[in-house]
Amino acid sequence: MTDHAINAPTKGRDLRSLIYDPKVRSIFFQIATAVILTFFVLEIYHNVTTNLQQSNTASGYAFLNSRAGFDIGQSLIAYTSDSTYGRAIIVGLLNTLMIAFCGIITATILGFLVGLGRLSKNWLIAKLCTVYVEVFRNIPPLLVIFFWYSGVLSTLPQPRDAIQIPGSIFLSNRGLTFPKPIWGDGSGLILIGLAAAIVAAFAISRWAKARQMATGKQFPVGWTTLGLLIGLPLIGFLAAGAPLTFDIPVEGRFNLSGGAVVAPEFVALYLALSFYTASFIAEIIRAGIRSVSKGQSEAAFALGLQPSHTTRLVVVPQAMRIIIPPLTSQYLNLTKNSSLGIAIGFPDLVSTGGTTLNQTGQAVEVVAIWLVVYLSISIATSLFMNWFNAKMALVER
Amino acid sequence: MKKTILSAAIGAAVLGAASTASAATLDSVKAKGFVQCVVNTGLAGFAAPDASGNWTGFDVDYCKAVSAAIFADATKVKYTPTTGQTRFPALQSGEGDVLFRNTTWTISRDTALGFNFRTVNYYDGQGFMVPKSLNVKSALELSGAAVCVQSGTTTELNLADYFKANNLQYNPVVFEKFEEVNAAYAAGRCDVYTTDQSGLYAVRLGLTNPDDHVVLPEIISKEPLGPAVRQGDDQWFDIVSWTHYALIQAEEFGITQANVDEIRKTTTNPDIKRFLGVEKDSKIGTDLGLTNDWAYNIIKGVGNYGEIFERNIGKGSALKIERGLNALWSKGGLQYAPPIR
Repeated sequence: MTDHAINAPTKGRDLRSLIYDPKVRSIFFQIATAVILTFFVLEIYHNVTTNLQQSNTASGYAFLNSRAGFDIGQSLIAYTSDSTYGRAIIVGLLNTLMIAFCGIITATILGFLVGLGRLSKNWLIAKLCTVYVEVFRNIPPLLVIFFWYSGVLSTLPQPRDAIQIPGSIFLSNRGLTFPKPIWGDGSGLILIGLAAAIVAAFAISRWAKARQMATGKQFPVGWTTLGLLIGLPLIGFLAAGAPLTFDIPVEGRFNLSGGAVVAPEFVALYLALSFYTASFIAEIIRAGIRSVSKGQSEAAFALGLQPSHTTRLVVVPQAMRIIIPPLTSQYLNLTKNSSLGIAIGFPDLVSTGGTTLNQTGQAVEVVAIWLVVYLSISIATSLFMNWFNAKMALVER
Repeated sequence: MKKTILSAAIGAAVLGAASTASAATLDSVKAKGFVQCVVNTGLAGFAAPDASGNWTGFDVDYCKAVSAAIFADATKVKYTPTTGQTRFPALQSGEGDVLFRNTTWTISRDTALGFNFRTVNYYDGQGFMVPKSLNVKSALELSGAAVCVQSGTTTELNLADYFKANNLQYNPVVFEKFEEVNAAYAAGRCDVYTTDQSGLYAVRLGLTNPDDHVVLPEIISKEPLGPAVRQGDDQWFDIVSWTHYALIQAEEFGITQANVDEIRKTTTNPDIKRFLGVEKDSKIGTDLGLTNDWAYNIIKGVGNYGEIFERNIGKGSALKIERGLNALWSKGGLQYAPPIR
């Protein structure tokens, strides 16, 4: 395309046409942008290192291997004050992942129910769901967290006057204490039973589908799967000689000792994030279902499908295409909002990282860890949801 | 699109290049006309805003003393309230000029964090407070308790070490902000509150029934609290240090806010004349980068160490803390100033 410009007779015209050549221009701007960007990154790097040197602050990631010296109230893995800063940050990361995972599941279920509820023909249910959405959607998440923590959970009684629920379960302002199961020898059989059940359930579902395609006969896949999932692990459990004992909480001088505890900080954050995000998810679900034209369900009814089949097989699959992309954003929001747990002392990534930052003074390094970790969690969630979205997309035949 | 990236990159590059700064702190303080002082978000007696928003307290008076030494006016201070976690970045980044925030002097803070400590304006130690109803007499009985503590403090580390050394179990309940720890203790989220003993008395005062809570006798750590400045500016470090020494020396001389003018006019004691800047040809103040009457300005502005102590945390306050280790060396305490000559 540019050949005739280069072969042009006079030099002046040659230069001018070069300037106005869109290809040359675009290359020039690309290079200019790249140079400025490189300069910018180098300048920041230089600036940071000079400033750190000037302020006589140590730098580097060696501190991650030093002894942390502080304790963490809630940890999914073994952690003591003798563990390293690196492990403290991992403890925080696991707590963040746990709250995000639990929150996402609850928010999805709750949001789905409320979203369907708003579409209900029952006046009371529809209005109640509307009120729920409007209330939780319009309050900042931090206040919802404070509401659960200070307004609800801290009004529970002291551990010595704990509310006792049959089965040695205690509810107090220190959290929910319940007997902790201790699995003895041979517990592996239960897991083997569970694995076998899952494999069998998949096989049966494939076989049932193939049979329905061929003969039109249906098979109760749902009930069979449920039976397998409960039955096979149970057989494993009994075959191993019921190797299960409980660590039952007893009243100590200050607290209940023994058993497993779900701390109020976790519960408050979990409930707040679930309720808050569920209100947004409810609207997304409602929008998704509304977007499926009425003709679709009318056609399904005309074909003689039951209402439940119409919803499950015709409406929801089409609504999912609309629902999944904004749902992904809500999942990311929930994960990032979990960092608000710092306000009520939940030891998440921001909290344990913050303590590490303060004890070591390595602000740049810790902030970099925060950024990278949250970015990775978000990108992983996005990738998973994109995959799910692709799977849910309409398959044209 | 290309244009947007381009202008954003240029803008950011300019910003990045402009932020490197390392002028002498005294010059920059004089140029902006006030001292930016990093303090607590609110610890009664040490640094807390009162009902009308004015900052008062022991640490606040130290900020005012530095201001008086530089500007001959104790009011040229602006405050940066910080949590246990934000205080160090606030000083490191240059947001604040000096840190007066119940901060314990430790070797790692003095070295790896890039700060300088020299003076101790309050000798403290970590203690425990429990509700009287628990009937606890000693910290050694606290096994199994839930302990409220502020994160990112030496307190948090001492707590872990003390319980480990004595083979006691505990459940840490950790908050970032001081106010959050108070609220959690008041709500009964934990059985024990631990922080510096001075802080415990201040906290107890804020509880609904202060008499229902008792501070246990054990002191489990040394907590020398003092001002911190950034490394690499010796002049500024000297000014902050000698402000403290001037306050101590004034108490030793018996010079107070009320009698400083009188003494300045009438004294014949050469030590005091030099101290208050009325000796001829003295260079004591100008060598610091200040005026020769810097010590006079400090005392005129905020009084001597004893006055600051009694007014904010001692007998003249609601806290009623004894001088104890913070008495002058001549009265059995540890507060001692090198000669001002």
